[in-house]
Amino acid sequence: MEQRPEFDALSETSITVNLGKDASPEVHAQIQRLLKELNQNPFCGYQEAVPSYIGVTVFYDPIELVKNTKCRSVSEEVIRLLKERIGLADMHEEKQIGEQITIPVCYDAEFGPDLDHVAKTNGLTREEVINLHTANEYLVYMIGFAPGFPFLGGMDERIATSRHGNPRTEIPAGSVGIAGKQTGVYPISTPGGWQLIGQTPLELFSTDREVPSLLKAGDRVTFKAISKAEFLRKKEVDHGSTH
Amino acid sequence: MALLIEEGGLFTTVQDLGRRGYLHQGVVESGAMDRTAARNANIAVGNEEHAAVLEMTFIGPTITFQAGCLICIAGDGMTPYMNGNPSTLGTPFFVPQGTSLSFKVKKKGIRTYLAVAGGIDVPVTMESRSTYLRAGLGGFNGRKLEKGDQLTIGEANELVRPIMEEATKQNRLWEADWRVFSPIIEEQSDDRSVIRAIRGNHYHRLTDESKKKLFQATFTIKSQSDRMGYRLESEEAIQLEESFSLLSEAVALGTVQAPPDGQLIILMADRQTTGGYPRALQTVAVDVSKLAQLRPGDSFTFTEVSLEEAEQLYLEHERAMAMRRNGILLKWKQIRRKLEGKE
Repeated sequence: MEQRPEFDALSETSITVNLGKDASPEVHAQIQRLLKELNQNPFCGYQEAVPSYIGVTVFYDPIELVKNTKCRSVSEEVIRLLKERIGLADMHEEKQIGEQITIPVCYDAEFGPDLDHVAKTNGLTREEVINLHTANEYLVYMIGFAPGFPFLGGMDERIATSRHGNPRTEIPAGSVGIAGKQTGVYPISTPGGWQLIGQTPLELFSTDREVPSLLKAGDRVTFKAISKAEFLRKKEVDHGSTH
Repeated sequence: MALLIEEGGLFTTVQDLGRRGYLHQGVVESGAMDRTAARNANIAVGNEEHAAVLEMTFIGPTITFQAGCLICIAGDGMTPYMNGNPSTLGTPFFVPQGTSLSFKVKKKGIRTYLAVAGGIDVPVTMESRSTYLRAGLGGFNGRKLEKGDQLTIGEANELVRPIMEEATKQNRLWEADWRVFSPIIEEQSDDRSVIRAIRGNHYHRLTDESKKKLFQATFTIKSQSDRMGYRLESEEAIQLEESFSLLSEAVALGTVQAPPDGQLIILMADRQTTGGYPRALQTVAVDVSKLAQLRPGDSFTFTEVSLEEAEQLYLEHERAMAMRRNGILLKWKQIRRKLEGKE
């Protein structure tokens, strides 16, 4: 069942189009097709697009549009152009375009101060939490909040845990957390309220790379448990060579 | 080296018009808060509008020019002093080597911009020179300026170079006989007590009472406000008809969010890329520069405009800015012709 897209002007220079009501792999695939279409076939004045769980926000330059299309209403013209692109996007072949990425995580108490809490809340052992967290493949629905921060979907609900009532003021970069049914990784040190269950030695955000964010919407992620020794060794390899 | 920071001031950073093209990677836009002022300062010295400038907040820095520079100071945040003498805003100056620039606090306004012909030459990080402090990204080593920092300047536009060379030879202060003002179109008055906004996409989910309050109540800027967002305080909370859970999606400069406690937040230059609070209003783009000059404790009211009106204001403002840019380029051409003895 296909939903009619809904358009909403966010500002004079941006319009959000929602392709569904709830997050699902199907809506996500539709969003990815639209992004691909927009980036391959940008309309005049198009600047960039930011995906969400259920849609895309498109940023544009009204001056460029008016210069080139002589339109009377800029937002109406953008909606017309977006409808065209959505039509074209639906013709893209159906296949997953994201990459498969494995994120090594050390679940030692030192790196996962809330692992016990997550286990206790859900009536599980630490090992069971780790097994459930590493068992599923997650979909990166969007990157937001902080540079490179992935919103991952597909976590086993048996380890869902509500976030801290009072957020921590400082969370170390690389921390892997759980908030309700979501799981994610903090790329930079920030305040935050997620339950911390481990830490990855990978740099999720680095301006030393051509594409600074390790993950992008559409990627599929699995977590793999590693020992502390392995964590320290990987951290050295990952960061040591570039600095 | 061309600029030596003698005192950093309260909060001085390198900014341009923002980091775009990386929002989908969660990288915040940043950039100057008062973009009209930053653009004015740049075009006055023959720069591209996107050139990097210094954004100075509340208490300005003290700067020594280690080389002769063509500069323009704009924005209504503080009063500039050159070698101890009060100086004018919006006028291009050639300042000889050794000139000292300092600032005095004003009763109103909070942000001032210093443009130098050639632009502040810090490395380009992800297509921008803007500082994003939280991630230590861009600008001068990703941080605010401190005592002892030295900044290099890029190459000035060839239109303004002859006057710089001439003034360097004479080793004296040169001042243009014109200046750029901040309100650039008539509709953009410099009255900061009224901020125009369009309805946000969750406006219709507010209680009838709150819908009215949005455009009647007086909002005061709280002290926890920063480059990321302005936290507002009003006597009555802005409430939703019923609470609903919202999936995070992109937000824009000037988006007005209504969190559960009913006290609004306006998202500014360093806002996060996505937000999950209901969007009650959207500040019109041409009024964001006014907001950027309000300081904690200042009050204002919102007034409603339609999306069509907001689009027209945007287009008029951009056309006026383009005309101003062309007008200033003509002025520089005239100055050059005079120098060459052709007039």
